[in-house]
Formats: sequence, C-alpha cells, structure tokens
Amino acid sequence: MVPTGYYVILAAALFAIGALGVLIRRNVIVIFMAIELMLNAVNLAFVAFARQLGSTDGQVFVLFVMTVAAAEAAVGLAIIIAVIRNRESVFADQNALLRW
Amino acid sequence: MALAVFGLLAALLLVGALVVVLHPDSVYSALALVGVMALLAALFVTLDAHLIAAFQVIVYAGAIMVLFLFVIMLIGRPGSGGPFARGKLLWAASGLGAAALAVGLGTMVARSALPTPDAGRAEFGTTTTLARALFTTCLLPFELTSVLLLIAVVGAVVLAKGRPRA
Amino acid sequence: MGIDLAIVAAKAVVVVLMVLSLAGLLGWVERKGSALVQDRIGANRASVLGFAGLGLVNTMLADPIKFLTKEDVVPATVDRRLHLLAPCLNLFPALVTFAVIPFGDVLRLGGREIPLQVAQLNIGVLYVLVMASVGVYGVVLGGWASNNRWSLLGGLRGSAQMISYEIAMGLGLISAILFYGTVDLQEMVRAQAGGPLAWGFVYQPVALLLLLTSGIAESKRVPFDLPESESELVSGYFTEYSGVKHLMFFMTDFVEVIIVSGLVATIFFGGWQVPYLGPQGFELAGGRIVALPHLVVALLQVAAFTVKVVALCWFQIMIRWTVPRFRYDQLMRLGWKGLVPIGLANVMVTALAVVGLG
Repeated sequence: MVPTGYYVILAAALFAIGALGVLIRRNVIVIFMAIELMLNAVNLAFVAFARQLGSTDGQVFVLFVMTVAAAEAAVGLAIIIAVIRNRESVFADQNALLRW
Repeated sequence: MALAVFGLLAALLLVGALVVVLHPDSVYSALALVGVMALLAALFVTLDAHLIAAFQVIVYAGAIMVLFLFVIMLIGRPGSGGPFARGKLLWAASGLGAAALAVGLGTMVARSALPTPDAGRAEFGTTTTLARALFTTCLLPFELTSVLLLIAVVGAVVLAKGRPRA
Repeated sequence: MGIDLAIVAAKAVVVVLMVLSLAGLLGWVERKGSALVQDRIGANRASVLGFAGLGLVNTMLADPIKFLTKEDVVPATVDRRLHLLAPCLNLFPALVTFAVIPFGDVLRLGGREIPLQVAQLNIGVLYVLVMASVGVYGVVLGGWASNNRWSLLGGLRGSAQMISYEIAMGLGLISAILFYGTVDLQEMVRAQAGGPLAWGFVYQPVALLLLLTSGIAESKRVPFDLPESESELVSGYFTEYSGVKHLMFFMTDFVEVIIVSGLVATIFFGGWQVPYLGPQGFELAGGRIVALPHLVVALLQVAAFTVKVVALCWFQIMIRWTVPRFRYDQLMRLGWKGLVPIGLANVMVTALAVVGLG
C-alpha cells in the first residue's frame, strides 16, 4: 500500500497549483475552475485520511464537500453569467471598479 | 505495483492541473480539469473508496464540468489583453506564494510521519457502509444539503434569467 | 494473476466484438425495419454475386468499406485536436458500459469458475450512471469543435437533454435497487429465477417505463432526437464529421441502443435467465430435472440474453419509425416535470412496499 503521506503531499501540490491559477488568470471562469481544483485537492486529502483511519466520517465529509461544490458552482456560474451580461467583459481585472 | 500506479496517476494529475492553470484557451482548461477529476476518481479507487469515486465522476466530472463548458461555450468570449494577468511583480509573487504553500504543506506532511494504511476492512468504501453512515449518523446534514441544493437551484435560475426586457 | 488478467481481457474482447457487430447489424436492421413500417423495400442493392445474405453483405462489407474509404473532411477553421477527440470521447463510454452487464451465469472451465460479467464492481449498476455522465462530453465537444453555430447549439441542446434524462434514469435505477436490495447486476438477475412471473417488470413496471424512456432519450433517438434531427439540422452536432469520425458517432447511437436494451433486459426481463432453467438443467414442476451438461446450460443462458437484447433493440427501432419527434421544450418538460416526479413517487412507493411488506 502507498503511504498516506504521499497522497496528502499530492493534494498539497494540487492545492498550490489551484492557488496559483486563482492568482495569475484573468478569466473569471478559469479562476472558478482553479477554485474547483483546490476543492478536489482537499477531497483527496480527506479520502486518504479516511482510508488510513478506516472511518466512514471522512467519506461522508467528502460527499458533503462535493454537494456544496455543486451548489456553489451553479450559483457562481449564474452570477458570472449575470455579470458578463451586464458588463460585456469576462475578465476579473476589468470588473474591478464599482460603477454603473 | 501499487506505488507504480500511484506514481503514474500523480504525474498525470500534476500535468493536468498545470494545463488547467496555464493553458490560454479556456476550453482546454475545462477539458484538462475533467481529466484531473477522472484521474482523482481513479485515485479514490486505489484508496478503496469506490462509491466516492463513482460520485466524483457522476457529480463533478459529469455535471459540474458540463455546466462550466456550457458557460464557456456560450458566453466566455475571449476579450482583449490575453489570458494571463500582467505584471512581473504579480507573477513573481504568485509563483513564490504557490511554491511556498506547496513546500510548506509538503514538509509538514513529511515531518508528521504518516503511516501506511493497513489492509483494511472489505466494506470500507462500499455503498452499504456509506449509506448506513449517511442515513443514521449524518441524517440531519444530509437533509440540510438537500435544502441547500434547492436554494442553489432557485438562486441560479433567478440570477441567470435576468430581468425581463421591457 | 496472469491467467486471471488474461481471462478478463478475453471476456472484454468478446463483449466488445459482439457489441460492435450487433451495432453494425442494427444499422441494416434499422433500414429494413423502417422499410417494413413505411411499406417499401429498403436497402437491397448491396450483394455479392446475387447473394445479399440477410444484410450481412451490406453490414460487413459495404458499410465498413464505405465509411473507411470516405475522405475525412475537416473544416479549415476548426480546432483539429478537439475535432479528433470528440468522436472518441463519444464512443468510449458507450462501449465501456458493457463491463457491468452480465451475459450469463458462471462458466466452469478447466476447474475455474469464470463469472460471465466482465467486471464485478463494488458499485454495480451505478457504473452505468457514471458512463452516462461521461458520455455527455462527446456531444458537447462535437458541437464546439465544428466551429459552426448550429452544430454548437445542437450539441448544447443534446447535452442538456442528456443530463436531464440522467436524473430520470437514476430514479428508475434507484427503485430497482430498492426492490432487489442490491446494486450488483448479477445478483439482480439471480433474484429473477423461476419463470417469467419472477422477472422485474411484474414488480416494477413504472421503473421499467422510466428506464426505457430515459434510455431512449439519453441516446438521443427518436422521439427525442431534436439535437441531431436528420430532417431538420442535417446531423446537428455531428454535421461536420465525415468518414471514420462520422462512423464513430453513428456507431455510438446503436451501441447506446444495445446498452439500453441490455440494461432493461438485465433488470426487468430476467437477463440471462431462461424460464425454469436451473444450474443443472430444466427444473420442471413436480421436482423432475432434465439434466443438461454445464456448457449447454451456459450457452442457453447466453442465447437467452442475446434474444432478449435483440428483441428490445427491435422494439426501440419500431418506436423510432412510429412516433413523431418531440419539440425541444416538450422534451425538457417531459424530462423534468413528467418523469422526475413520477420517478420520485415510484421510489417512495417502492420504499414503503419494501419496508412494509418485507
């Protein structure tokens, strides 16, 4: 079996790559995708720890994270659609000023 | 053997994640993210969490990412100025920050000497085990999540529908 | 370890070859079936020295040669990698779904017990939902990679339709899982032993209708085929594909017909169960057993499964040429406002019955 530490280090690397994506991309949809990548990295860490401890609690938590991520993705994308429809721009730095 | 499989999946995952973050075309980013999620499902199977792997593909890769692709294809028109933020300071700070995060977390994990999990019970990740936990111990969060999903559906419809044009 | 791997690989190869052959044959069956319904002769020109062999010449020689030698026309402004990826992403999940469908009981060969199901998975029938979810991407990418506004709309509509009917399919499967008490398809078939009145459709008729309807909607066949409506949108999301890529999209259509037939046959029509056939032979009333060698029993079971699958494929083809096409809003209304409430009610009634009647 593979040591749990390997899985958690992989999750940490994925999380860092997701954080990098949030920082350097301009397209809000890609920023959102990087956030989903971070959520998935956390899911991986949860499942790895649950497997080590043999508990179902970790898996139940992963299920809830997935559900909340689904809800968040739906609402977030709806917000993005509304913003794009009003501002005609899909870039984060162009939507930075509060204006009419 | 298990280590070889893990190594292969981990390498593919890291490549996929880098494509998500660094590819200029957002459709390719979305497809790479779908690949990352499928590979994560494979990793979950190596961790004996079969039902979670199935849900990962059904919910994440099969529904959420399709929603992302819809939005990108319908509205995500590429504007001016390129896909990446400008400013060398921003790039340097982001790169250093992400690297520091990864290295910091990695050393924390390496230092805590997590053991190799033992062979484990056969019913670790099966449908019955997870369902039993969901419907007995965690029933209240389960019901609350369904209410949350209902709120999200209503909210998404209201937000995306927009105001009726006068 | 090596032998086990070889056996699984052999099973997978056999299943994929059978499915692809049946899918090819279904193309000809569709043309002849539509001819029957529309009172005409149908395709009868392909023949070798006057021998048309019940469509075998058409399917095995003419159609493959036609598709493989056609020029692969790729529009100039198209993203070539996505254009190549889309048909592969469409066909792969459809073929892989057959890993969980059992086509027989166990086969005892040379001291080994070989279960006639390619993969015995923990999650059983949920695997079908997994592959149905992944199958959406071929449609979306097919529309997008064509760089054609109407193909894109056809692809988005098609994928919206697919994810809507996945819910109805899931609810139908949940009722079946509740009734049989297991997710494993092989156990579901074993629970239907002993005559046609023990089959699933007697106890779960609503789930049968749900699964059949949502299966036909998932594979975007008539009456749900507005995304690709051949008389209106040329071919919808796969207009810009020709040659082998078109063959892959076209083949996915028939492979999904076979999937739906296989699933419905397994869950509701007894799968490989032959009425009154047990592991030793025919078990007739009064305790008499007509003993049969094991290989004959296994062959009879596989043959029974094949007959049921082919019958259900014929049924779907007949539906195609009988029922007119739904408009897109009617389709979505049926999926969300019709099938989902019916599915939920069915789940509740099944749960009450299972808990109440034991």
